[in-house]
Amino acid sequence: MAMVQSRNLVYRVWAARLVMVFMICLVMFPFLMIISVSFRSGNFATGSLIPENPSLEHWAMVLGIPYTMADGSVVNPTFPVMTWLWNSIKVSAISSGLILLLSTTGAYAFARLRFRFKNNLLTSMMILQMFPAVLALVAIHAFFNRLGDAVPWLGPNTHSALIMSYLGGITMHIWLIKGYFESIDKALEESASIDGATPWQAFYHILLPLSVPILAVVFVLSFIGVIGEYPVASILLQSVDQQTLAVGIKQFLYAQNYLWGDFAAAAVLTGMPITIVFLMAQRYLVSGLTAGGVKG
Amino acid sequence: MALHAEEKGLLSGNGIKWALVALIDIALLYVVFLMYAQGEVLFPLTLLVLGALGNWIFTNKKGYAYRYVYPCLLGIMMFVIFPLLYTFSISFTNYGTKNLLTLQRVKEIHLQKEVKTGDQAYNLALYQQGDQYQLLLTDKNDSRHQLTTVPFTMPKEAVKLSTENGNAIREGSKKLIMRDIMKQRTNLGNISIPLSADSSLVMSSLREFSAMAPQYMEGKNDELIERISGAVLKPDHTSGFYVDAEGNQLSPGFSVYVGAENYDSLASDAGMREPFFKIFVWTIIFAGLTVLFTVTVGLLLSILMQWEPLRERGIYRVLLILPYAVPAFISILIFKGLFNQNFGEINMILEMLFGIRPEWMTNPTFARSMILIVNTWLGYPYMMIVCMGLLKAIPDSLYEASAIDGAGPWQNLIHITLPNVAKPLAPILIASFAFNFNNFVLIDLLTGGGPMMPGTSIEAGFTDLLVSFTFRTAFVAGQDFGLASAIATIIFIIVALMSWVNLRAIRKSEEV
Repeated sequence: MAMVQSRNLVYRVWAARLVMVFMICLVMFPFLMIISVSFRSGNFATGSLIPENPSLEHWAMVLGIPYTMADGSVVNPTFPVMTWLWNSIKVSAISSGLILLLSTTGAYAFARLRFRFKNNLLTSMMILQMFPAVLALVAIHAFFNRLGDAVPWLGPNTHSALIMSYLGGITMHIWLIKGYFESIDKALEESASIDGATPWQAFYHILLPLSVPILAVVFVLSFIGVIGEYPVASILLQSVDQQTLAVGIKQFLYAQNYLWGDFAAAAVLTGMPITIVFLMAQRYLVSGLTAGGVKG
Repeated sequence: MALHAEEKGLLSGNGIKWALVALIDIALLYVVFLMYAQGEVLFPLTLLVLGALGNWIFTNKKGYAYRYVYPCLLGIMMFVIFPLLYTFSISFTNYGTKNLLTLQRVKEIHLQKEVKTGDQAYNLALYQQGDQYQLLLTDKNDSRHQLTTVPFTMPKEAVKLSTENGNAIREGSKKLIMRDIMKQRTNLGNISIPLSADSSLVMSSLREFSAMAPQYMEGKNDELIERISGAVLKPDHTSGFYVDAEGNQLSPGFSVYVGAENYDSLASDAGMREPFFKIFVWTIIFAGLTVLFTVTVGLLLSILMQWEPLRERGIYRVLLILPYAVPAFISILIFKGLFNQNFGEINMILEMLFGIRPEWMTNPTFARSMILIVNTWLGYPYMMIVCMGLLKAIPDSLYEASAIDGAGPWQNLIHITLPNVAKPLAPILIASFAFNFNNFVLIDLLTGGGPMMPGTSIEAGFTDLLVSFTFRTAFVAGQDFGLASAIATIIFIIVALMSWVNLRAIRKSEEV
């Protein structure tokens, strides 16, 4: 009996492995393909997974270096990919910093202070989180158009406007930090306030230093969120040099100017660091994300 | 003691505090003033109210706790609540390409328009001495009447030149020939020579300057009076244009409230109602099937991933999570290229294996299948992660008991796993449905909503979701912001319904 059972088990393990390998093939196919395409010469080249005559032309394009082809002609970069990447990093870093500032102070009040409407505010924030910015694009567009008439550096096509528009997406972060604050014992702060510390001092000198891990997680989370944000950025940023990666990179695949190879190199170069950061942070994300249902 | 400590606190250092409050207030009031001067009401009013609230909170002791909440609520109010309300209010206007500006701005534009008055025209002659120029203008009707300007350098921007009596062309100046005048054409266009308070001479051709005057004067109640004919143009507050006595409209228009017109046309115009309804149905099908596919794949994989005998589970986990880790905008575009009908790798493989080349981008059914395939690929890792967490919570004793009773894996799934996972999973499925209901990025980057539906009076695509349809109406075809906002408002209501259902599901799952 035991014999039969274990042989049965062996079959089942191998069947499961087969399923897994099949799934992994499906998952990895696009990634391997795109890496392969980035090394092929030409934008319409076809061929096997390992390119027959590898070429670095697309990588040169993406890094902004003019490339000398085999026949001696020089090809100049079409799009400022590095500028886009820099724009993305700049916008993401600044808005994540500000988002962290806003959501930390907010979360402190919700976790520790007592005030009227606290629960109403928390519930309404949870409901508002359901309305993504993409639903109000017209209003955001109109808002920055008209604000830009009065204050040009906050008008459309500026990074400051984009950063400002991201400051509304903080609800999930407030919840995350609030949960963490609530898991820290109040006793330390209480003893500090008996010694005469203000709530601000208790927050700044006691609670914050204890909460560095969650602050790092929220920063990374919002960084990844902002760097991948597409709808708002696509209506606010018009000129090619101002665009972020998410807005700019799709221009490689316009039907009238189809640059598959250049796109592949750009995708690998810029997708890699973001993916690595995400994988490093992901085990912290899981617990926070299961509560919200943000992606997928 | 407590008071003393408070003095030292960062938020209550008095001198700095008041200086900061004053500085922010001045900046805010300046912006409010600028926006109000441009004819805006809603924006400056909102800013004023929020600013006043901020002032109270940061200067009044009673508002202490709110000092921590105000900044984050300000962000939420300005960029979540205000846009929602503003979208709602735009949905009752005709705001769009033709009616983009406020009445105030449109009036200004009309008042700046100038026309040739026709009665006065002067032949021009241009004289040069070094980099100094002079214009000699001779009246076409009366050659004895001449005007001479003061010497000037060629202006790059608009200037006014005087022609006081007694000016004369300087000695030694050279009269320029037509070819040289042509070279200076743009610069000469910047010159205007005032004749009287409201008319001036402007270059009207290469050979002449003629008198120009503003076309309209401002009447009462924002009316415009045409200077020459005396005709009165009234602002029509139902169509959003200035109209003359015969009812002709004068562009550009201004935005006005049109009541429920946008909603009416969505409901009554068949060329609009049919695509809207089709898109609505497809949006629901898309979101529903996405949830079904992702949760099926995710749950099955997570069950395998929890299975002890599979020793190399760790590697699988990292690899299978990849679609979630790569930024969506990159993987969606990768698929756009792979699914390309002509040069895409997927069609190449399909042709090699089965000899078929599906038209992923032009056939509605194939396009919709492609979207579901890509979205399942993108979405299952999230479900997998969630399910792995939920599976851990199921006590092992249940499976041990079923093993003793001789149950197989299928029976375990149906009778133990599913019932235990269902309740906590419900709110997540609803949230995922809501997210995909508004999955604009996927549609816009993968198909752009195409292929297009034929025979509709408003541009619509077979793969459009309601949200990308809104985007198309607002920013791609025609720029009809009013109509787009009406559609967006309908989506708000649906989303609100979904979040209400979701809250109930969360409550239920917490009861367990």
